[in-house]
Amino acid sequence: MSLLALLLVTAQHQGHEMPAPEPAPACSPEHAAMGHCTMPEAKAPPAPPAPPPSPAPSCSPEHAAMGHCEMPAPKAPPPPACAPEHAAMGHCTLPDTTPPTPGAGNTPPPPAPRVGAADAIFGADAMAAARARLYAEHGGSAISQVMVDMAEARIGKGRDSYAWDAEARFGGDIDKLAVKSEGEGDFGGSLDEAEVQALWSHAIGPYFDVQAGVRQDIGPGASPTHAVIGFEGLAPYWFDVEGALFLSAKGDVTARLEASYDQRITQWLIVQPMAEVEAAFQDVAERGIGSGVSSVELGVRLRYEIAREFAPYVGFVWDRKLGKTARLARATSDGASRPAFVAGVRFWF
Amino acid sequence: MSMMIDRRSLLTAGGAAALVPWLPAWAQPISPGLPTVSGADIHLKIAHQMLTVDGKTSHAIGINGTIPGPLVRLKEGTKARIHVANALQGEDSSIHWHGLILPFHMDGVPGISFPGIAPGKSFTYEFPVRQSGTYWYHSHSGLQEQMGHYGPLIIDPADADPVAYDREHVILLSDHSALHPHVIFKKLKQMGGYFNYNKQTLAGLLAGEDQALKDRVAWGAMRMDPTDISDVTGSTYTYLINGLGPADNWTGLFRAGERVRLRIINASAMTTFNVRIPGLTMEVVQADGLNVRPVRVGEFQIAVAETYDVVVTPSDEAYSLIAESSDRSGLARATLAPRAGMTAAVPPLRPRPLATMQDMGMGGMDHGAMGHGGETMKHSMRDMRAAPTVKDTPTVQSISPMPVDRTGDPGQGLEGEPDVLSYQDLVALDRNPDTRTPSRQLQIHLTGNMERYMWAFDGVKMNEVKAPIPFTEGERVRVTLVNDTMMTHPIHLHGHFFELVTGKGDHAPRKHTVNVQPGGKATFDLTADAPGDWAFHCHLLYHMHAGMMQVVTVRPAGEAA
Repeated sequence: MSLLALLLVTAQHQGHEMPAPEPAPACSPEHAAMGHCTMPEAKAPPAPPAPPPSPAPSCSPEHAAMGHCEMPAPKAPPPPACAPEHAAMGHCTLPDTTPPTPGAGNTPPPPAPRVGAADAIFGADAMAAARARLYAEHGGSAISQVMVDMAEARIGKGRDSYAWDAEARFGGDIDKLAVKSEGEGDFGGSLDEAEVQALWSHAIGPYFDVQAGVRQDIGPGASPTHAVIGFEGLAPYWFDVEGALFLSAKGDVTARLEASYDQRITQWLIVQPMAEVEAAFQDVAERGIGSGVSSVELGVRLRYEIAREFAPYVGFVWDRKLGKTARLARATSDGASRPAFVAGVRFWF
Repeated sequence: MSMMIDRRSLLTAGGAAALVPWLPAWAQPISPGLPTVSGADIHLKIAHQMLTVDGKTSHAIGINGTIPGPLVRLKEGTKARIHVANALQGEDSSIHWHGLILPFHMDGVPGISFPGIAPGKSFTYEFPVRQSGTYWYHSHSGLQEQMGHYGPLIIDPADADPVAYDREHVILLSDHSALHPHVIFKKLKQMGGYFNYNKQTLAGLLAGEDQALKDRVAWGAMRMDPTDISDVTGSTYTYLINGLGPADNWTGLFRAGERVRLRIINASAMTTFNVRIPGLTMEVVQADGLNVRPVRVGEFQIAVAETYDVVVTPSDEAYSLIAESSDRSGLARATLAPRAGMTAAVPPLRPRPLATMQDMGMGGMDHGAMGHGGETMKHSMRDMRAAPTVKDTPTVQSISPMPVDRTGDPGQGLEGEPDVLSYQDLVALDRNPDTRTPSRQLQIHLTGNMERYMWAFDGVKMNEVKAPIPFTEGERVRVTLVNDTMMTHPIHLHGHFFELVTGKGDHAPRKHTVNVQPGGKATFDLTADAPGDWAFHCHLLYHMHAGMMQVVTVRPAGEAA
């Protein structure tokens, strides 16, 4: 079949070649293969016309497009045994008999010069600005992202409430400013608790940043300022994790650890389980926190990404205070356990 | 209203013939709709314009009012003089002549070859034309290339062309988005998988699609996504042929039995294409502008910035030329037909491929372990000792533990397809000009981080680079590119051709761009014969923009400055 195709190509080509092929004595196989001249062995008896590669009459392109039948696969037949002449024509491949390329030497590289060959032609000043821009532009860009991961209403026992969790990042690949905020409050009531953090976020590896900065609490009660040291990144198995230690101006140390996971149900429907644990290294009476693990929040949210940037969701959260903190909460009217249905939107830009 | 109908019909089936109405359809010389510029003085003007693709209009940058820019046609042995005017507002521009051998200061890279072309200014490129073949040109400023700033460049040989053909068509592939390229880049930085709507899902798992659960768990442990084939996909791109979308259907005409030469250029910003013409076998006669011994194939993968010339001999019927994006999220389509208005079936997109263990650089592993993710856990995906020349930075998400030469592979998703071209099928038609054994070896790692969307050579982004990659003029160096990432990278060296080391002796295929398969290696021998400073980069536009670029210097021996 390959031979047939070759002969056909040659025959068709001879039919309309403008300048008559020179009886070139120098007809290399390569040139013959390009159809530029004719090699002796190509002067075989004329080939019978090959059937045109048209679809089977029973399968018109329209029908194939409708999925009613299948067009013949557009593949060339596998080459038969490979004669050296044909290999030379490039129509098949001989077993590789080329000797392996000899190994390269080990001369040391030359010293690296200054990049600036164009200075001599266009002037060092004209080139300097363009060169600085070239280097800065390729890898040095600063990017911002504001991610409102959670903006929701919570409906449970007692008063309905609202909550948010957001983070904004500004800067380059290695160093960024991260601004985080989270909080909750009752509809028609006061802000319950809220905080804003401003952190320097520094990449320490492909997946993780270390973060350091300040946190300011906002709310009706005690609103201390904290120093923050923490981390944020992507853990194995695609868990988004985040953790921090907080040292308040009064010397109280607390900690927080969060993890979440995006499970894609379809390309647009995603279920996100999450967990957050808080702990204190001492009692913080003014904020109703006892030492030890103070609270845990578990949540699951089902979001639909109308666009990547905009996804309404519904879900369920269960906020449970633990240990001494729970006892303190029960002493007030708050209660230690607050399950709630949530509905909200995740958006970013 | 009637005006609109007229315009629409002009844009669709009848458009090809209507554009050059004074010629009979069969006699149209080349690529209807693509103007040609040639002669001693060529004038090109870069300006903003609107581009309508498949009926949707968006903002773009064109040259002389068209996208792609006009076909620049040069003649080997002459002197080219090309005047380029920048009519953009408040934005520098440039034109780089991709694959051309010319003095470094005519190469058109702002900051390396010249200062760039300021808005309202022009620059005259002058260089001797020392080669022939199919090439292209594009902006090397910012991300203008994504907006349409590219065009084909053909150099006719001084002597008879060794490729016999009766007719030629330029097939320039590109990707177009209504999003501004800076927005695309920002989205990638904010969320590496932003454009991927072919991820694995729970629904897919329950339906028995894609990876089995234990493989998903094993890949998850490594934070590797096997569906990450293309960073920017058909979710935002329309794939173009000669500036027209699949519905516009660019049509090239022929007469049955003619040898039709297709000069196929991948001028995309980000898209690797798999090209086929159902019903026709393609005879590959040229790669990257240089002739190769003809190879007959049914399909080939063309990386960004590569060119392939193929010859087909069609019968008296219409054929669809299909260029499917390698992640199968879309396709570019054109028609080859004996008469205007004819069309052929467009095959549906094939299922998207999944990255394999080999794409993670585990090609050297026992094949029995393939697909059994759990067993790979004993191989660290980031053992810096496996790549001592790579700097340990956040840019390095993984190091290929056992990379193998993949120049014999047809490309992601084409494994197992019949008659697909690989680099190992290419043999130069002419003997290589330099057949010396390299005196030196150099290994360059292609590194990246999909989560942070950082890309670099050897873990160091262009903005962090302290020194260029130095060569001594005239030296011959064996360069091995090691891909430590799960994506393909088409690596382009300006101002030079290099010989791929694929065991073809003194007929090694010579290229200006080499696509390095995921987790694999490719080796080439380079004769550093062009003094000056040259750009060296991944031709995926956003990889380059993210830092996967370096400067190569070529200096006479003993000259350090």
